[in-house]
Amino acid sequence: MSQPLIETKDLCKYFKTPKGLLHAVDGVNLTIQKGETLGVVGESGCGKSTLGRVILRLIPHTSGQVMYDGKDFLALSKREMNVMRRKAQIIFQDPSSSLNPRMTVSEIIAEPIRVNHILHGSKEIEKRVKELMETVGLAYRFVNTYPHELDGGRRQRIGIARALAVNPEFIVCDEPVSALDVSIQAQILNLLMDLQDEMGLTYMFITHNLSVVKHISDEIAVMYLGQCVEKTSSDELFENPMHPYTQALLEAIPLATIEEKYRERNIIRGEVVSPVNPKPGCRFAPRCPYATDACGDPNLNLKEVTPGHWVACTRCGG
Amino acid sequence: MEKKKLLEIRNLHVQYKTDEAIVHAVNGVDLCVDEGETLGLVGETGAGKTTTALTIMGLLPERVGQVTEGELYLNGVDVIHAPEGQLKMMRGATASMIFQDPMTSLNPVIPVGDQILEVLELHKKDKMSHSEMEARVDQILEMVGIPAARKTEYPHQFSGGMKQRVVIAIALACEPLLLLADEPTTALDVTIQAQVLEMMRTLKKELNTAMVLITHDLGVVARICDRVGIMYAGEVVEIGTVEDIYTGEKHHPYTTGLFGAIPDLTKKTRRLNPIDGLMPDPTRLPSGCKFHDRCPHCMEICKTAPPQDITEGSHTIKCHLYDKEVQK
Amino acid sequence: MDEVVIKKSNPWLTIWHRYRKNRLAMFGLILLIALILVALFAGVFLDYEQDVVHQDIIHKLQWPSAEHPFGTDKYGRDIMARVIWGARISLSVGFITVFLALFIGAIIGAVAGFYGGKVDNILMRIMDVFLAMPSTMLAIAVVSALGTDMINLLIALAIARIPQFARIVRSAILSVKGMDFVEAARSYGAKDKLIIFKHIIPNAIGPIIVQTTTNLANTILGVAGLSFIGLGIQPPTPEWGSMLSEAKEHMRYYPYLMISPGIAIILAVLAFNLIGDGLRDALDPRLKN
Repeated sequence: MSQPLIETKDLCKYFKTPKGLLHAVDGVNLTIQKGETLGVVGESGCGKSTLGRVILRLIPHTSGQVMYDGKDFLALSKREMNVMRRKAQIIFQDPSSSLNPRMTVSEIIAEPIRVNHILHGSKEIEKRVKELMETVGLAYRFVNTYPHELDGGRRQRIGIARALAVNPEFIVCDEPVSALDVSIQAQILNLLMDLQDEMGLTYMFITHNLSVVKHISDEIAVMYLGQCVEKTSSDELFENPMHPYTQALLEAIPLATIEEKYRERNIIRGEVVSPVNPKPGCRFAPRCPYATDACGDPNLNLKEVTPGHWVACTRCGG
Repeated sequence: MEKKKLLEIRNLHVQYKTDEAIVHAVNGVDLCVDEGETLGLVGETGAGKTTTALTIMGLLPERVGQVTEGELYLNGVDVIHAPEGQLKMMRGATASMIFQDPMTSLNPVIPVGDQILEVLELHKKDKMSHSEMEARVDQILEMVGIPAARKTEYPHQFSGGMKQRVVIAIALACEPLLLLADEPTTALDVTIQAQVLEMMRTLKKELNTAMVLITHDLGVVARICDRVGIMYAGEVVEIGTVEDIYTGEKHHPYTTGLFGAIPDLTKKTRRLNPIDGLMPDPTRLPSGCKFHDRCPHCMEICKTAPPQDITEGSHTIKCHLYDKEVQK
Repeated sequence: MDEVVIKKSNPWLTIWHRYRKNRLAMFGLILLIALILVALFAGVFLDYEQDVVHQDIIHKLQWPSAEHPFGTDKYGRDIMARVIWGARISLSVGFITVFLALFIGAIIGAVAGFYGGKVDNILMRIMDVFLAMPSTMLAIAVVSALGTDMINLLIALAIARIPQFARIVRSAILSVKGMDFVEAARSYGAKDKLIIFKHIIPNAIGPIIVQTTTNLANTILGVAGLSFIGLGIQPPTPEWGSMLSEAKEHMRYYPYLMISPGIAIILAVLAFNLIGDGLRDALDPRLKN
């Protein structure tokens, strides 16, 4: 296999809280191949957004490494970082808070170009802004409007254009469609897929919604309380989910069908707690219907159960 | 046996008047809900779902929101013309409403038990003694899956899913005939959403409460509704039983579009099929059929004449495609 | 929305449109402009030596008349002239102290809010010490230590107000700092300076403007209060507070002495408060439309 574009090695991010250390990201090992999409799925509080931000160095990490094209991204000097910043970008969930309300569409898209001195001269920048707006399907007549004058879908397109402005290789998409209406969601997802095909972009697609991630992802990693519990190809995950949490997540999705086999489902009990000073062993055990004493094993790691299918569960392949 | 009609809406029009423009939020909605029935209202932002619900509760924002046409009867009461005092007694007792965000619907400084008690005191003071009310609080909490011992706790001590259960408990405390639920599970995590939906399904069977469930999620509707109405630009474009909507052959093009936009987990496809374009601006609605500029089957007549309801059994579609007069 | 064309709509212009709809706020603005005009052109109509401080004992304590519309004080000076001249003193003391306090407070608050951590902790604890002392007491202490003159008064009032501005600027910056667009700017490599001046300050300015206007009103009251107890502007300089103070001995028989400076203070304070309220509403994006 070729060298992955992104590889995290035992990446950890702990937050100090009054109650103790919050293990937001706890020993995550992930790889993303160039030109592919990794879906990162989990419920609120599983550390998926923190993971994305740590990988981009928007918040400092506690320990571990993020290899970007073979180089340790988190150990780069400030000067090297300025160059690398351009290669990795982020798209946010809420398009209304991710756009500066006092800037026009063209100012928002042009700023990354100016900051990084990619182009010089207003004429050229203007041309590039026009081009970017076309790429993301935003009519040029909106060039001088303010974000609040546009609807959610168009705002998200601005966010995408801003991320593309610096010609990145890698984009972290943090719940980019969760705040949008269904029909607009599909438009934005299709846009992201088209952009990937045209520009060979690599995505890390963070979402709580398994059904969104199915179509766009090559690989999917399921996270629970700061840890990755299962990772495999998208098709394999949906056909053969092995970790009890993944199974529960899939069961929980309300499907738009009234066939009885989809209507009556097993529902998982309990709620997500916050990973402050977690006990060793499987963190899902308290909610798991199959939990045994073996789940307290502190050396529970991801194991390759079948080729390419990694699961962290005592029931699988150990 | 014909079931009794609990809610009847005929040709309802609601507008919001602002300084700049008139927002046509609801444009001729016809709906019926029978006793004990669950109706799902599905549509995207700006379809007029929430406005319809607020009108049913008589809770339209004063001065700004106005019913310009139509009739609305809830359990025989003419809600549009009823005096505020009568509406106050109706809310909570005949019909109650729950909102998307449980965090803002609960008072943070009152224990949850007392918040349920408050509703009971308001509506059942003459019929129940204080100890009976206390017992009822325990009973309703257990019913929504919260141990009665937690009634002295404050809202912040509950998780999001638990808070929404408390909100539902408050809404059901006085055994209303109709429950209006506006995106009740949208703010919750998937596994918690599944738990709350399951609970609502069980409660519905036990209490025989009629429900109007407002949502954008066709999956949620499939789990608990008997009938479904699809709303677009302030109109109900299609309404029928779940079987009509989910397995029927004829559909409004917008319904087809909505289903196409949902990622289907049971099939392998890469691209989704979104509906092109955007919801029309409610201050300047298009002429004719309001969906015509996004519709893949748009005909000449769609641009000028608003379509009529075409009914076949339990299934009604507002589209020229199924109008026999037009097809001739 | 479709006819939105390649035309820029200035956000400040929309704020002005919203402000203009608020009648009370417009009244406050007109009142303030009138006060400022009076203060600016006082020198054109009045001669300081001749009209404002020149004593004319023969005509002392005259009730309002055609010649002296507001009457004369115990030294026979025309009260109208002194109230008009007083606008210069009160308004300029108000503006200078508030902008001094805003400038220093904003720097402290911005540094504390943007960098956070230890810097924030140290700066804010110092501010807490100042906040713990009642601002009038603090001003009295400074003035009695340094002596009563105009500059000391300005310093005293400004110091007392720095912590309030530092707090409000800090919290405004904190609320914007967490927004996604700041993080986005960081992700494409924007420098701190650009982030502070282009992304944070324009979005945090609303509450700061409002705090400034309400503080102007309070400062004018504060100056009047200090002058009233004899620690502020010294006679014969006409200042509304000290005029009230001088008038209090005669208020039983010559109440008109108090009425005109009193009304002047009320009008100035009212103007600033109305403007502050109007700005708060106009700047709140949730009240759009």
